[in-house]
Amino acid sequence: MLTPVVDEDGAPFWGYAAQGELRVQTCADCAEPRFPPRPCCPHCQSFASEWRAVSGRGRVWSFVVPHPPLLPDYAELAPYNVIVVELADAPRIRLVGNLVTGPDAPLNSFPPERIRIGARVQVVFSSAGLPQWILERP
Amino acid sequence: MAVAPDTAGIRGVTGIKDATAIAGIGQTSFARQLTENERTLACRAILAALDDAGIAPAEVDALASYTMEETDEVEVAKALGLGDLTFFSKVGYGGGGSCATVAHLAAAIATGQATVGVAWRSRKRGSGPRPWRNTSVQLPTPAQWTRPFGLLRPSDEIAMLTRRHMHEYGTTRDHLFNVALACRNRANQNPDAIMYDRPLTREMYMTSRWISEPLCLFDNCLETDGALACVVVSAERARDCRRTPVYIHSAAQGLPAQHHGMVNYWNDDPLTGPAWTAARHLWKHADFTPDDVQVAQLYDAFTALIPLSLEGYGFCGRGEGGAFTEGGALESGGRLPINTGGGGLSEAYVHGFNLITEGVRQLRGTSTAQVPGAATCLVTAGEGVPTSALLLRS
Repeated sequence: MLTPVVDEDGAPFWGYAAQGELRVQTCADCAEPRFPPRPCCPHCQSFASEWRAVSGRGRVWSFVVPHPPLLPDYAELAPYNVIVVELADAPRIRLVGNLVTGPDAPLNSFPPERIRIGARVQVVFSSAGLPQWILERP
Repeated sequence: MAVAPDTAGIRGVTGIKDATAIAGIGQTSFARQLTENERTLACRAILAALDDAGIAPAEVDALASYTMEETDEVEVAKALGLGDLTFFSKVGYGGGGSCATVAHLAAAIATGQATVGVAWRSRKRGSGPRPWRNTSVQLPTPAQWTRPFGLLRPSDEIAMLTRRHMHEYGTTRDHLFNVALACRNRANQNPDAIMYDRPLTREMYMTSRWISEPLCLFDNCLETDGALACVVVSAERARDCRRTPVYIHSAAQGLPAQHHGMVNYWNDDPLTGPAWTAARHLWKHADFTPDDVQVAQLYDAFTALIPLSLEGYGFCGRGEGGAFTEGGALESGGRLPINTGGGGLSEAYVHGFNLITEGVRQLRGTSTAQVPGAATCLVTAGEGVPTSALLLRS
């Protein structure tokens, strides 16, 4: 499986995720959250930022179900789902992830036909430190 | 019928409107696998375009191509015996760069930086490596937000926007089929198209294998080897060339605020992509409107890009792109015939350059699916990435 190729701006996100925390880069001056992480606030041009903890609740904004040809590790799991989650605390921040049946469950553990746009989801973390998503009310 | 523009030469021109024209086009054959290498194919396409225009290689003083083009301008110029170059340019973002290569030449020629420009694209995608087969490929860092979760290919990335468009606006697979069918029907009229002898039916489409739900096999462009080129000169010069000039009426690039290429999920409004930005500039500088466009060549790496482009370029309202495809609107004789050579879905996928050459053929009156009397044509580059577009007129 692919692991994130982390850059300097993204490193804190992955660092917090490895500790089981979902945090979002937020401007320390105007409090505007932003994603993906970057050095400067597009709203007020401040270079001061902090990493704000969010509730980890969100809704499915969209989803796809990839089929081969895919990279070998992913082809083995296909068809699996990929979702985009709109965060409840910051609706314009949408994270790509997978809807799974529980922490560390494989990408294909949740049946694609049961996924609905708008479904409420909750973040969990894999042992590799990747944010994953489960239904808030399974 | 359009009136011939009277903008002569470069003096006194305040913009690029009709100041330049495409005077020649050329291409190699298209196939899943060609034996010659990309540099050879590029040379053949460029020489064909210059011959079409009746211009000698030594007169070329400007080149433009894509940043993903692997045939370097130094090598191309040397191989072909081009003259001293005074302008060369490369445009980024893959298929988003197609129309901008021509636009850069038009701007250079209109402002006197060069006199004869060639834009080209040579690509062996059919026989070349496909990135998702090789785990050792170096991932660009923005991919840290998508690839680990299995969102691997452009098809997956655009399928995400497609599903959302379906959810918000009721766009259906039948709408996407309408796009695939229009392109295939035109390819069935074009002997140069890879899918010339391969008709498509609704049953074939609906029962085909998935690539990334909701996109199936026929929603995805071809994998093609081939090269194309076109020659840009001043409008005045073009009138002395072999062929009927095709004037570059308006041109634009588009990189919207807070855009994130292919996975444009992180701005306020992900369903209004780069097409919207390019369109605003394009129409601002044009003497006509979308209602006056008689034929369009819309970038079709995926069928779902067509509804997004129809909305972005103003052929219908927001969310109406799927419904626009109904009733044969995109077919010959319909409200807006598209991709009359077959497009990336059914003629060849050469990062959209075949859409430019087909636009030229329509305005010369030489398309294999000619729209009678076509005098205006919109050509677009890849939607979903920083893009570009051209309004061409005869």
